[in-house]
Amino acid sequence: MYPAVFEYLKPSSISEAITLLQQHGEDAKLLAGGQSLVPMMKLRIARPRYLIDIHRISDLNYIREQAGQIRCGAMTRHVQIEESELIRDRVPMLCEAASAIGDAQVRNRGTLGGGLVEADPSGDYGAVVLALNAQMKCISPRGERVIPAADFFTFAYTTALESDEILTEVIFPFPDSNSAGVYLKLERVAGDFAIAGAAVQIGLGQNGVCSTVGVGVTGAATIPQKAVSVESLLQGKKITPQLIDEAGRLIQEGAEPIEDTRGSASYKKKALSAILRRAIAESLRRAEAKRSS
Amino acid sequence: MKKQIRLLVNSEEYDLQLEPNRLLLQALRDDIGLTGTKEGCSIGVCGACSVIIDGRVVSSCLTLAVACQGKHIETIEGLAKDGKLHPLQQAFIEYGGFQCGICTPGQIMAAKALLDENPKPTEDEVKEWMSGNLCRCTGYYKILESVMAVVNNKISPDFQFRKREQQARIQSLDVYKSVAKTE
Repeated sequence: MYPAVFEYLKPSSISEAITLLQQHGEDAKLLAGGQSLVPMMKLRIARPRYLIDIHRISDLNYIREQAGQIRCGAMTRHVQIEESELIRDRVPMLCEAASAIGDAQVRNRGTLGGGLVEADPSGDYGAVVLALNAQMKCISPRGERVIPAADFFTFAYTTALESDEILTEVIFPFPDSNSAGVYLKLERVAGDFAIAGAAVQIGLGQNGVCSTVGVGVTGAATIPQKAVSVESLLQGKKITPQLIDEAGRLIQEGAEPIEDTRGSASYKKKALSAILRRAIAESLRRAEAKRSS
Repeated sequence: MKKQIRLLVNSEEYDLQLEPNRLLLQALRDDIGLTGTKEGCSIGVCGACSVIIDGRVVSSCLTLAVACQGKHIETIEGLAKDGKLHPLQQAFIEYGGFQCGICTPGQIMAAKALLDENPKPTEDEVKEWMSGNLCRCTGYYKILESVMAVVNNKISPDFQFRKREQQARIQSLDVYKSVAKTE
């Protein structure tokens, strides 16, 4: 199977890539790892006339620590995130999400930025960037801007990026040192997109009360959601099994999942509730373990 | 418009003129003639087309050939050296790691990428790693046994590829086919 004919462009810098995007606008697509775009092109779901391959722009591939943040270039591959000691140490949830993506072949090629910009409703990174309040650094001919994760996803497969804009960096603020997080997903078969996924970061203050909380979920709607209702339910309270059940009910009531081959809407609501409850319990367990160590 | 490109496959250089929409898979099979790498689902799910690029296992069906300039590509054809099979190839024969055979080159390349990085994986690590390589004969346990045989050094030291026996079997199939035709 082949993709339709396209013109292949390979810029060597971000500014060159932006110039190309500006020239070709909607007729062009950026090629990151190609693990979703190339299948889409083969199936004629996407048919760009110009394919701008940005994998050789080394300025887009890095993981660094800077001023209480982890900064990842958009072309950082899933496997690099999975193997990064720095990320495992500072934002382990991100490592877990990267390890949960597809299979080894996908993780070796697929990228953080590619996954986010694709904005698949069942993608893994969406929930994580929302739970951690990450920020997306984007560059266009008009300059640079930073889009908060909560404003990044606009619809299924659609983001706030303009057609001549590139996501260059994802910025993860360090979670509080008294907090712990987890990313859990439910898959139909190994390596599949999530039926439901939940990213939960919980911090514990004095007396074991929840002092900080970030919750992102995937599979609740056409875009990943920041579960604000669950966050405010947990914030400032001692997290009991009853409270976790209540969080499960809340997310289930508010969810409007897409029906597809991975399940009906009513099944997915229940799956989401279950995976969220598990994620809260696990991140609480980890936060408690951290506190007593 | 075709692009001039040099591919480095199993340490040999190939100069090719390729359309940008040519995938590495087709470049290997149709332009270079290395047909060991197979096309399965063609959308990066089944793993049949797995090859190793710069030490990492990838789906050649999702990799543009023009993007592979200067990269080191390894395929199943590069494994046997001086008429001696790679331990994984030998293990797949000895332990029945394949049935119909179409997933086998991908399975072996995926396993090689793992063992190159981690020569002593656990069974669970092998299962997890190999989850991207489907076998529709569902011979998964034999595949797992084959990989673990290499890990645990359980392949025969005096293994001889039984070429004559294989040829006899193929000939007997030819006889069968001609009988079936006349009937």
